[in-house]
Amino acid sequence: MKNTIISLKNITVSYDGEQVLGGFDLDIHDGEFVTLLGPSGCGKTTVLRTIAGFIRPDAGDVFFYDKNITALPPHRREVNTIFQKYALFPHLNVYENIAFGMRLKRRGEKEIRRTVQEMLAMVNLTGYAHRGIGQLSGGQQQRVAIARALANEPKVLLLDEPLGALDLKLRKDMQAELKKIQQCTGITFVFVTHDQEEALSMSDTVVVMDGGVIQQIGSPTDIYNEPKNAFVADFIGESNILDGIMLEDYSVKFAGHSFRCLDSGFGKNTPVDVVIRPEDIKVVEPDATRIVGDVTAVTFKGVHYEIIVDVAGFKWMIQSTEGRLVGDHIGLALTPNDIHVMEKSEYSGVFGDYSTFSDEMDEDRNNPGGAKTFYEPEILGESGISHGSGTRVGSGISHGPGTQGEPGISCEPGTDDRFEAPDAAGTEEEEDGNEI
Amino acid sequence: MKSNSKLLSAPYTVWMTVFIVLPMLLVGYFAFTDKSGAFTLENMMSVGQYSNVFLRSIWLGAVATVVSLVLGYPLAYIIAKMNAKRQNVMVMLVMLPMWMNFLLRTYAWMTLLEDNGLINSALAAVGLPRVHMINTAGAVVLGMVYNYIPYMILPLYSVLTKIDESVIQAAQDLGANGRQVFLKVVVPLSMPGVISGVTMVFVPAVSTFIISKMLGGGGNLLIGDLIDMQFLGSAYNPNLGSAVSLVLMVIILICMGIMNQFDDGEVNEKGGMLL
Repeated sequence: MKNTIISLKNITVSYDGEQVLGGFDLDIHDGEFVTLLGPSGCGKTTVLRTIAGFIRPDAGDVFFYDKNITALPPHRREVNTIFQKYALFPHLNVYENIAFGMRLKRRGEKEIRRTVQEMLAMVNLTGYAHRGIGQLSGGQQQRVAIARALANEPKVLLLDEPLGALDLKLRKDMQAELKKIQQCTGITFVFVTHDQEEALSMSDTVVVMDGGVIQQIGSPTDIYNEPKNAFVADFIGESNILDGIMLEDYSVKFAGHSFRCLDSGFGKNTPVDVVIRPEDIKVVEPDATRIVGDVTAVTFKGVHYEIIVDVAGFKWMIQSTEGRLVGDHIGLALTPNDIHVMEKSEYSGVFGDYSTFSDEMDEDRNNPGGAKTFYEPEILGESGISHGSGTRVGSGISHGPGTQGEPGISCEPGTDDRFEAPDAAGTEEEEDGNEI
Repeated sequence: MKSNSKLLSAPYTVWMTVFIVLPMLLVGYFAFTDKSGAFTLENMMSVGQYSNVFLRSIWLGAVATVVSLVLGYPLAYIIAKMNAKRQNVMVMLVMLPMWMNFLLRTYAWMTLLEDNGLINSALAAVGLPRVHMINTAGAVVLGMVYNYIPYMILPLYSVLTKIDESVIQAAQDLGANGRQVFLKVVVPLSMPGVISGVTMVFVPAVSTFIISKMLGGGGNLLIGDLIDMQFLGSAYNPNLGSAVSLVLMVIILICMGIMNQFDDGEVNEKGGMLL
């Protein structure tokens, strides 16, 4: 069992009389990669800044191991932050930026030089030591910021949407790199993002937040497969959320029919929300199933087609590798495993169906609340990436125990073949190009 | 487009030529000629006699600049940390004295500092000994600081407000306490403001003549007074006055060159890294 390294107890924070966090509790374990995920204004950055010490909570306590650090100023906390806009020192070069923390601790010049070289190697910037900050691309600045924070040997690294300013490809590379650095160093990472795909692919634990309240804490697979309420189901990935009634254990009624399911413990005839992920639905002939409808829109997404089907007025989204034509009459088949039942919550009915995806969008404008609400364009735009058939989430990166906290394993600089030696002019140009 | 911009800049070019370049050439002409208009180096040679005046001017100007910096920096820093509304009020207050006539302000100081002035009367009233203040070097420095400190505060303030709060937080985050944040981040980042503030105080302070005349008495002759005397005063000699002006100009240019070295040092460093 891992130790709790950071513990927030009953934290309350208000800005100008408006409460952002109220009675917020969170435990973060040693060596974990924790992501705080939620839409803008959900309080995730406030949590991070409270841990860093930039915000003094109105009430509640922050514990570091068992020590209460609520009143400790930021410079005396053993945590370091990667700021959203990197916040590098413009008057210092790369070397001095990374050495900043060590100079404050009056480390020897030899040790400083060694550590700076190590850090530069870790973030693939060997040879950049004497560059000015203004000469670096966004991605390179990002890596200097990481090196600067890690050179301080923090127990916890706080990352405040650090990849937000990077373009898509660079962001993917940095995701992998950050994850690798975290596994190599064994440092606890607390990562803040509004990008669900980023959260799923990097984290050991995802904390989904909305309105200053934790909606769900769990592993990426738990969060995706077993969302606790309609908010989580909608925010993480695509989902069809239907009104249903739990008739009895293992039997739920929705879309006018009753289905067998794997959920129990809701009681008899209880109203519930039913989540069905678009990639779980099988398209079959109309006479082979009970749910039938007409295709109203088809979008080719590369990996699959996104098909919107009107079933008695409710628009379902289906992801299928086989295309259909608008107007096709099709059947939708579900197995008990595809049906996930959630308790009703304040979010029930908020997210509606996929009307905005179909041609009848204009019609639905007069009907606010009936159509799906999307928080951030990125979430829409990057959908499908983690929904490939079979590999749902977190694919590629193993979260197995034992790979963490063992510095030295696959940590040698330069083993990552995605990055050429930074001195190579080609890499630099490519990155500069990406940046602008 | 190009001819257009040329046309637009024409009035400015004419202005520059007539009112800046021509007078400078005239100063140069007068400096190297005698009363009859013949070439001579005599004026330039005799400038050497006044080296004590030059030294005193530079010394008092430097003292006034340092005092302005020491007083102005904390004030600019405090203003920059206030909320936006109060910042505007404070900047207004800093500039307020500048709305009043320069001469009037200096007269006001005269009446304050005189042996029978307001301050001494107040001291006498509470039974304290009178202090001789007027016609001292200290009074001249006071006048310089009072008149020119807004030119120190404003550039400092504008640089300090531009420092990104997240950079300061990053320094705190990396373990810097308040003093270290100030010395290692705020001060280096405010250097451009320090340099322009120092320039804007030092240059007029060195060449002032009203302040020394009114607050310094006869014993604190400055270059400005010297030049004033050659053109308008008893010792009418525009040729010598021009020579003194020319030397003063050169000295100020050298001083500014040295100042800018601090700034350029960083730029050059960066430029060097480019290669």
